[in-house]
Order: sequence, then structure tokens, then C-alpha cells
Amino acid sequence: MNIFVCVKQVPDTETKVQPNADGTFIETTSIKWIMNPYDEFAVEQALLVKADNPGSTVTLVRVGGVKDTEALRTALAMGADDAVLVEADDNLDSYTIAKALKGGIEKAGKQPDIIFAGKQGIDDDALQVPQVLAQMLDLPAVSVIVGYEKSGENISVKREIEGGALEVYEVSTPCVLATNKGINTPRYASLPGIMKAKRKPMQQLTLADVGVSEDDKRLKYSDFKLPPEKPPGKKFDATDEAKQQEVVAEVVKLLREEAKVL
Amino acid sequence: MAKVLVFSEVSKDKVKPVTLEILGKAAGQDVDVAVFGDLSDEQVKVLGDYGAKKVHKLKGDNLDKYSAEGYSNALKGFIESQGYDYVFSGATAIGKDMMPRLATQFDAGLASDVVNFIFEGDNFSATRPLFAGKCLAKVEIQGPKPHFVSVRPNALGMPETPAGGSAEAADASVEAGNIRAAIKEIIASASEKADLTEANIIISGGRAMKNSENFSILHECAEVIGATVGASRAAVDSGYASPDMQVGQTGKTVSPSLYIACGISGAIQHLAGMRTSKVIVAINTDPDAPIFTKADYGIVGDLFKIVPILTEELKKIQN
Repeated sequence: MNIFVCVKQVPDTETKVQPNADGTFIETTSIKWIMNPYDEFAVEQALLVKADNPGSTVTLVRVGGVKDTEALRTALAMGADDAVLVEADDNLDSYTIAKALKGGIEKAGKQPDIIFAGKQGIDDDALQVPQVLAQMLDLPAVSVIVGYEKSGENISVKREIEGGALEVYEVSTPCVLATNKGINTPRYASLPGIMKAKRKPMQQLTLADVGVSEDDKRLKYSDFKLPPEKPPGKKFDATDEAKQQEVVAEVVKLLREEAKVL
Repeated sequence: MAKVLVFSEVSKDKVKPVTLEILGKAAGQDVDVAVFGDLSDEQVKVLGDYGAKKVHKLKGDNLDKYSAEGYSNALKGFIESQGYDYVFSGATAIGKDMMPRLATQFDAGLASDVVNFIFEGDNFSATRPLFAGKCLAKVEIQGPKPHFVSVRPNALGMPETPAGGSAEAADASVEAGNIRAAIKEIIASASEKADLTEANIIISGGRAMKNSENFSILHECAEVIGATVGASRAAVDSGYASPDMQVGQTGKTVSPSLYIACGISGAIQHLAGMRTSKVIVAINTDPDAPIFTKADYGIVGDLFKIVPILTEELKKIQN
């Protein structure tokens, strides 16, 4: 099987986000980049499917900045076989990214059987790329999957919806599947894996190579700003057991009478 | 005046509240609503009252159950036949899944999960949170029309008084086309509680809960006030709570009217997921825990002592 995984590189979750000078994105000069956390589940699922289907390959495709390639190196160290990297800015919209991913997959020169991706990039939180890519490739897609099983010629996946309910899908291949937390436990890269990753092939392309231009841009962002800060709240000391009853009663009273939420 | 379509899901013959929020905000435009299947006259009247001109009931084979392919194919045909400038939906499980596919059928742009929007003359712009709400940005859509927008539920708020008006209802026949990813079964959630993203009150536990059994004290408290129980990433990664309970940048972004954080220190990624809660209560033994900087009411103390007292106090006011 030819398995692909779309990987995004995003600012670490502990990043203190600051808008850049012209308000078109965030300041990225001193950011620590990581693999998008939801993509780790996609890489792991691809490796599990590969293990069940000897002779399969796992190819990574990433669209983004090339100064730092942490995300791809981590995924290669986990066990992916090769990678395609399309050089681009890190703040592209979903339509542009999906079109570049499609171009990158085509440049890899093999027909995909399954394309995995994380359900969402934790940078722009758009939740668009998997379904956009699937539509561009005319493939079925299921997003937010928390379960994966083979079902004869097809695949059975569980998609999480509101309230933790699950939709069970039967989907034919080729297809796009977008993973959520809970589907598996991503492995850590081993030391030999990290050493081997350095020698694995990585094809580097430009947006022009994959047929993407400025005309593909669908969203224009401006006015990046921090949300308004809340005024400081009230703090009560209830470390002394004798005071606990009184403090809790006071807070409940405030919730009712001042905040009016109870 | 822009020609606007609002797609609404219908559950138990009720349109989603987010549909009414969108109608309120889009007042002044020429707005229609589309649903799949039937809708009662009473609900059509509600939609008219909130400003819808027409309610289109889309009917066709294989549309009784949701599928991203079936819904987007059917809507594509319908939208083309009517020539809308803008197409809206709620950023619900279905909206988030189907809208990207639908927009791409038109090679068009989608601004997803917006928390505000405005029509100004011929221009449209929206506000989106990014990085789980650590920042906000203005977004404009460019390229071919229609332009697509999905709106986060509970963000716009209900219009204070409906505009008043009446809607005309009509059936339209649509084609679902080829469906290659189809629902075979739906497994209902074990919990009957509201989803975290829709909950009015959330009580969450962090690493200080120490184990999964201790979450029972949060469940007991939640029971009294009809809250949904959430968890921090630390609690989920330690196996104390299931992943669908996780609040934060790598979990769910929530905005209940009351969020009670128990034994959660307040890592940046957690704060990002709950900072838009209307009122925040934090219970933590560490007076310097970052969660207190976001809390309206902070209680410095041991959650294992405080939460049971809180449960009792809440019982008193419920009676």
C-alpha cells in the first residue's frame, strides 16, 4: 500500500502568541516548532497500517517553512520512509495548503491508497484541509476519527461527534482519514530511528513546482490581536480548614448574586 | 444586498440555535434557509420571524443520514440553481466536516469557525480565533463566489428581538450523488450530559485529581448543577480521564457561562481552551498557579476538601 501522511509544523502549545508588527500573522522569530499534535496520531496510524500490510511505504508530505524541519524529522524518526517538503510560508490558508499537498502527493509518483492527516492544525484551527484535499482528489474522507479497523476490502472508522457519540463509517480506498486524539498512542522516536532518519530521502519542491500561485489564496488575514484581558478576580484563602465552609459559601453567593451564573 | 443561504441541521424537528444567531446577524441581507428533509410549519414560522425569506426543504435519496459527500453534492446543485453570494452554516460536527468539501466544489474560500461577522456595503469580513483563542484576526474571503462561512455556536448570541416577518416554504429535489464514505451505525454516548462545547457549566479536573476514581467527586458536583465534567491534558495523558473530556488547545475549546477548574495549574494550552468562559472559578493549593490570573473567583485550598463542600452548598441553593 502507498500510505501518505500530511504533516504540519506548528508553534509549540506553550508558545506565548504575539501578533507581528503589521498584524498579518504572529511573531515567529523565536518560536519553537513542533509537529502538529493531531498529526502524530496520523503518523502512528500510518505506521500501524504499514505493519499490517508488508511492503507498504509511508510517505510524508508537508507544506511550510524550510528553516526548521523538526516535524518531518520527528515523523521520519518514528518510522516513515520518505518525505516531500513543499517550501512555503507558515500562514497559508487551507485551500492553498490542500492544493500544494495534492501537488506534493502527485510529485511523489505513486497512487495513494490512504492519506492520513491530523483532524486540525493547532495554529489556525481551521479543520479544513482533509476534506478540501479529498474533494480536490475526488476521494471520500472521514474526519475526527478515533477508531480504525479493516473491514474486508474496505475500512471501518469511528468518527467522534457532539457529546462523545460516534458515527461508524464504512469507507472504500483510496480515501483521506483525519485522526483525533484517542485513536492510538504515538510511539517515541528511538535513537537508532533518529540516526536513520537523517539518511531518509526528502524531496524539496517550491509552490510553483506543485502548480500553486498567489491566485489560489482564498483567505486574507489582517488585524491579528490578543483577546482583551480580564480584570483581576477575587482570591480567597481556604488553606485553613476552619475557613473552608465560609469561603465556599461566599463564592457560591457571589456566583449567584454578582456573576449571576447559578 | 447580498443573497445569502443559511444551511441548518434539524434535530427532532428543531433547527439549531446557531441558525437563529446567524439570521439575526445577517439581518438586512436577502436570506434563505435550507434544511434536508421535512420541517414543521411552526419551525418555518420561527425562521421567518428571525428574518428568513424562504425555507427550502431539500429532498432526495440517501440524504436521511449525514455524509460529507451526499450533503455537499446535494447542496452544490441547489446553490448553483439559486445563485447565492454567501453560504453559512454552524461550525457543528457536521458543519465543520461538510463545509470545506462544499466550498471546494466551487473552488471557493471558507472562513471556518468564525465568532463574528459583518456585511458592510459589498464587503464582508469576519473575526476568527486562532491558536485556540490565544489571538483573534480579521478574515476576508477572496476568489470565486459563493463565499462560505461557518459560525461557532453561542458566539454571536441570539438577536434580542426577532426582526419579524414570514417565510415561504418550498420543496426542492436534490441529488446526493456517489457516497463512498457512509455511516453504518451511530453509537450513542454513554453520558447524557451536554457536550463540552455546548455545556452551560463545566467542572474540570487536572493532574491534582491523582487518579480516575477521584473524578467521582467532580461528577457528584456536576450532577447537582447539571454540569459537564472536563479534564486538563495532564489528567488525560495520565489516564485519569478520557480524551473526549480534554479542554485546551489540543482538546476542546469551550465557552460555558461557568467554568470550575479543580487542581488545574493553568498551562498556556489549557487557558487557551477555556479563557472565553464567562465566569471562571479556580480551586488550587498553589496560590501562584497561573490559573488564578484568569479566575474571577479563586479559592486557594485543597480540592478534595473544597469540592465536597461546594457540592453541599450548591445543593442548598438548588432546593
